[in-house]
Formats: sequence, C-alpha cells, structure tokens
Amino acid sequence: MRAPIEALGRFVLRFVDELGRLAGFAVSIARALLTPPIRLRAFVDELFKLGVLSLVIICVSGLAVGMVLSLQGYNTLVRFGAEQSLGAVVGLSLVRELGPVLTALLATGRAGSATTAEIGTMVATEQLDGLRMMSVDPVDLIVTPRALAMVTVMPLLSALFITAGLFGGYLVGVGLMGVDGGVYMTSLQSAVDFRDDVLGSLLKALVFGVLVGLIATYRGYTSAPTSVGVSSATTSTVVVASVTILIFDYFLTALWGV
Amino acid sequence: MRRSPVLDFVTGLFVLAGLGAVAYLSLTIGGLSYRGPGGLTLYAAFDQTGGLKTRAPVVISGVKVGQVSAIGLDEHYRARVTLDLDGSLKLPVDTTASIVTAGILGDRYISLQLGAEEQLLKPGEEIGFTESALILERLIGKLVHNADIGKSDGTDKEGGQP
Repeated sequence: MRAPIEALGRFVLRFVDELGRLAGFAVSIARALLTPPIRLRAFVDELFKLGVLSLVIICVSGLAVGMVLSLQGYNTLVRFGAEQSLGAVVGLSLVRELGPVLTALLATGRAGSATTAEIGTMVATEQLDGLRMMSVDPVDLIVTPRALAMVTVMPLLSALFITAGLFGGYLVGVGLMGVDGGVYMTSLQSAVDFRDDVLGSLLKALVFGVLVGLIATYRGYTSAPTSVGVSSATTSTVVVASVTILIFDYFLTALWGV
Repeated sequence: MRRSPVLDFVTGLFVLAGLGAVAYLSLTIGGLSYRGPGGLTLYAAFDQTGGLKTRAPVVISGVKVGQVSAIGLDEHYRARVTLDLDGSLKLPVDTTASIVTAGILGDRYISLQLGAEEQLLKPGEEIGFTESALILERLIGKLVHNADIGKSDGTDKEGGQP
C-alpha cells in the first residue's frame, strides 16, 4: 500500500529538486552573460551550427505544412462556399500556432539534441574538467554561447518557417486550386494583426528558444559521463523539451489573451 | 575553433534573412505599414455596427481606400468609428458612410458614397450621413411581427363582417 505513495513522493521530490537545479543553472548562465568576457566568436559559431544548419529542414517543413494546410483548408472551406477565406485560415494557423510550435519542435530535434550530445560528450571525455583545471568556467565558455544562440535563432527560424508556409499555401491555393491571388492575399492581410498575431508569435518563439536552450544545455551539462549517460541525456532533451514547449504553448496562448 | 570568413558570411546572411522574414510578417502581413503619416482620418457615428471589426476595409465603388482603425462609443453612446483613409482622397461633406456585408454571412466593411457638395471634408471631421449595419435577425423579427399583425387584422375583419 505504501509503495505507490512512496514512489509518487520520490517522483515529486526529484522533480522539484531538478527544477531547482535548472533554475540555479539558468542563473549561472545569466551571470556569465552579464560579466565579461563576451564570447562573441563562440556565439557566432553557434549561430551557424544552430541556425544555418537548421535552415533547410525549417524551410522544407514550412513549405510542406503551408501546402497541406492550404489543401485541407480549401477542401473544407469549399463546402461552405467560403474558399475566399483560405488566406485567413492558412495565415492565422501558421502565424499563431504552427510556426512557433513546429519550429521549436524541429529545432529541438535538429539542434537541441546535437547541443546536448556535444556537451554531454565533453563531460564524458572530461573536457569540462580540463577547463575547470585551467580555471576557465565551462558555463561561460561552452554553455552560454549555445543557450544564447538558441534564443536568438528561434524567432528568426520561426519567421522563416511562417514565410515559407505562406508561400506554400499560396502555391497550392492559388496555383493548384484556383483561388484568386489577390483574394488570398487580401484575406491573409486583413485577418493577421500585428499585435495580436505577429507579436504574439515572435514572443512564443522567443520563450521556446529560452526553454530549448536551457533544457538542452542543462541536460548535456548534467549528463552521466558514460556513453549511456550521453545517449539518455539526448533522449531526455528531446522528450522534455517537446512536452514543455506544448504545455507552455497553451499558457502563452491563454495569457496573450486573444 | 573555425575562423572561416565564408561561414561568418553565411551566418550573417541567415540572420539577415531571418530579420527580413520578421519584417515581412510585421509590415506586409501584419499590416503595420498602413498607419503611415499623411493619411486622412475621419470619424463616423453609427447606431449599429453589427460586428464591424478594426482593420475592416473602407471602400469607394468597391475599391479599398483605407481601413477602420478604432471603434468606440461617443458621448451619446453611439458607435464612433475612426477611418484611416488614403490622404489623396477629396470627399465632399455630404458623403455617406454605410456598413455593408460581403455576402450574406461575410465580413462587415464600410462603403463610402460620394455626395455632390463643393465643400470637402477636412481631416478629423465627422461624416454626417451614415447608414447602420443591417442585422438579419432583426429584419426577420420585424417581418414576422408585421406578418402577425397583418394576420390578426385579417381575423378581426372576418369577425366583424357577419
């Protein structure tokens, strides 16, 4: 009888403990960010790895999502004779939800897991200990540029995803289904509002960037120094970050109040 | 550490493309650009807006010339609608603003019918002649009501004849 309650208690304690460690980790990143030296070189290198290398998957996914959204939307709307609202359907879905969320999920899989694996391997091969021996703070040199690059890259990738999606939607809606191009763009532009939609979308992407950056670096930094430890840390990054993104998405949407 | 100028260049391009996409979404899609200076701002009071929304288009003969920028109440509790119009428009003072619907269930927008007066509306003035939105439910309600009255009148007459 006691065993399941004990297990529950252990789980909650471990969760709270982990949350506290994560918060402490975030504080040490913030401190490294605010105190010199500024690691600009490392930051730009990470921008390349996290941003440019994710560009192809983001654009292709955006295009595909926009196209299928347009196709589905058209087939549903045409039943009500409302296919002139296709632009609004595609635009609002992409800008409000699919853009930031899918970008964050893709970036987690593409860049977050790579970051965890990289830092985890450094832990396993005692590179971080080596840095500490030379009295270089690994949080400052290794972790902070990666976390900051993830935060920077996410809104940019999300905006590119949405733009690719709108283009894909236009391609199918106008090119394939024969909706008038002007009607599509008018419906798109009159439905999407700057403050309610675009700003909220960028804010979401920014928050997701912070979450993914924090979780990915934390998991790598605290991974067990074995090959099993690195692989389970990588898995855990993808699982935890994906679930956190989806949960935060709900609350961000609710709080933005539209 | 890699120190290749090509990679830096590509990274710079990526950041520029990302910022370009943000700007495109904000300005073209989000409609941030329409609030530029040099526009003509007019007001119009309506008894009933019938679900008119901000950013609804304002048209003359079906051509978009501006948009609704704000909807509020005036001191007489009528709906006060702010219209952001193209600065080059010359509208006579007896212009009529009416709220119309695109299709039966479509979005509301404002249509302007120009008058014949020589004098022109100046920025910040109020459009005097307005036509409120047609509410379908009320129209049907009135119709049913009138039909009922007509029927009861008919029975009264039948009852009075013999």
